[in-house]
Amino acid sequence: MSEILVEHLSKTFASKDGKVEALKDVNIEIGSGDIYGIIGMSGAGKSTLVRCMNYLEVPSEGRVLIEGKALGDFTEKELRKQRESIGMIFQHFNLLMQKSVIENICFPLYIQGKKKPEAHKRAEELLEIVGLPDKKAAYPAQLSGGQMQRVAIARALAANPKILLCDEATSALDPQTTSQILALLKQINKDFGITIVIITHQMSVVREICDHVAILKDGVVVEKGLVADIFSHPKTAVARELIRRDAGGENESPAGKIQDEINNGEIIRIVFSENSAFEPVIANLILTFGEPVNILKADTKNVGGVAKGEMILQFKKDNNRVEAMKQYLLEHGLAIGEAPEYA
Amino acid sequence: MHDTGFWMIAATQAPATISEWWAQYGKMLLDGIWGTIYMTLVSTAIGYLFGLPMGVALTVTDKDGLKPNAFVYKVLDVIANIVRSIPFLILLILLIPFTRALVGRSYGTTAVIVPLTIAAIPFIARMVESSLKEVDAGVVEAAKSMGASTWQIITRVLLVEGKTSLIINATIAMGTILGYSAMAGTVGGGGLGDIAVRYGYNRYQYDVMFVTVALLIILFQLFQTYGMMIANHFDRRKGNAMTAVTLVIFIVMTVLIAVCGGWGILSFIKEMFLK
Repeated sequence: MSEILVEHLSKTFASKDGKVEALKDVNIEIGSGDIYGIIGMSGAGKSTLVRCMNYLEVPSEGRVLIEGKALGDFTEKELRKQRESIGMIFQHFNLLMQKSVIENICFPLYIQGKKKPEAHKRAEELLEIVGLPDKKAAYPAQLSGGQMQRVAIARALAANPKILLCDEATSALDPQTTSQILALLKQINKDFGITIVIITHQMSVVREICDHVAILKDGVVVEKGLVADIFSHPKTAVARELIRRDAGGENESPAGKIQDEINNGEIIRIVFSENSAFEPVIANLILTFGEPVNILKADTKNVGGVAKGEMILQFKKDNNRVEAMKQYLLEHGLAIGEAPEYA
Repeated sequence: MHDTGFWMIAATQAPATISEWWAQYGKMLLDGIWGTIYMTLVSTAIGYLFGLPMGVALTVTDKDGLKPNAFVYKVLDVIANIVRSIPFLILLILLIPFTRALVGRSYGTTAVIVPLTIAAIPFIARMVESSLKEVDAGVVEAAKSMGASTWQIITRVLLVEGKTSLIINATIAMGTILGYSAMAGTVGGGGLGDIAVRYGYNRYQYDVMFVTVALLIILFQLFQTYGMMIANHFDRRKGNAMTAVTLVIFIVMTVLIAVCGGWGILSFIKEMFLK
């Protein structure tokens, strides 16, 4: 049986300019122990979707079933009870800033009526799991973003949930910290068999830890399936765009073809001295002549609004407009020299 | 040489030495200090007894609150606005029959606590409302996601996270009540304000008036400094450790306020109910 089943879910918000359809007929099935990614650009409705999974947002139409039970059938009290088994972490951590780390982790336990000694014992176990055993007396303001998210994860796990919802949990973190947090989530998934739902706008996050992914665009699921399948055979333009961004924009450009032609072309050194750092000289050069230029090295700095430094450019082989292009660069205030070390 | 200027009158009537002056006015001034502290602390305490729940109710029933309820919000909102829109001096006079019915008389420090408290409640409620609305909506959402009830969110999130702002606002509220208590002097309210009005305004005894004003300023400074001290020290977003000197001031002030407040509330109960 699937852990989370979203059926024909729609959500409409009333706003000043009429109704906004945040989600349209969304159907998602998340298996037990799965790490499921929901990806989309901002405004695609992914945060609304994840909030429907614990009924922080009540769907306008459709249902959400957790282990076969429809959340819509629950009374408010039953719903609160159900939420205890669905942990959630957030982009901005949402810790109690006036409480120490250990009291933050104990928070869900106190809500369930657990006593302090029992709650503290559990919290200390969790601090061990998330790798912050020495931070229990610290306050969130004294922690880094990555550490705060670890505390938030510990807090979300305190009540032994079956599901962990992550709403852009790594979006406020740097790439290295993101990897560490993702590794921790993967570990938790493996060790405790917790189903994890990850909301993100970064394909790299999906690639690193998700088994399945659903791609959301304008409130509609445009593509879903195994992460490996979507990476190898993206069916929609949205999927291709997300994958291209993840790869740093290299995959679909015709760079490969040009690369061969450009090798062995003439190499020059250009020295920036008086140009505005904001004037895209090289881009304009390429646009003006319609000829590719290969940047072998670029070392420029913006010094008080003026670009200082140098670049090593390579022109396409047998390009008969090289002289004209050099002239263009000279006219734009750059000095041109030789680059023997690259020849 | 006999100028009719107020200064000359004050000077001719003033006792020759400080000790004579003190013998004449000392007791009265000490009573005045106590009267002001008594009115301020008791009114603030009772004001919070009712104003805090009212502020919480305003926050919770607001349209973006935890339990939106347009009717309850509107009723509380209108009550708060009506009371707040009446100038305190007018409210003081308007409430005379009510005060008399409650306390038995309409003058003196205990009687003035009634209009002071009634003016303070909506003011405090608005202060509390603004403090609680500052609390990060994300933390409230996190608590909801953990299955917290509305009551748990109020007691464990809103009042905890809004702590610093609540304390700062309590300091402001106390300062305002102190100012109002002095205003109550015009209708025989007792305390330092009463002395300032009787001696400074009615008898042109500026020496007494200046001393009372100075005492009011000192009292206000003490309350304000103390309030900001707690607000800063107990704000866990900052790592402010107290120095030995501030710690001593803090302890002394805490004990003083606790003793005065406790004694004040006891006297108030005695005067109100055990006559």
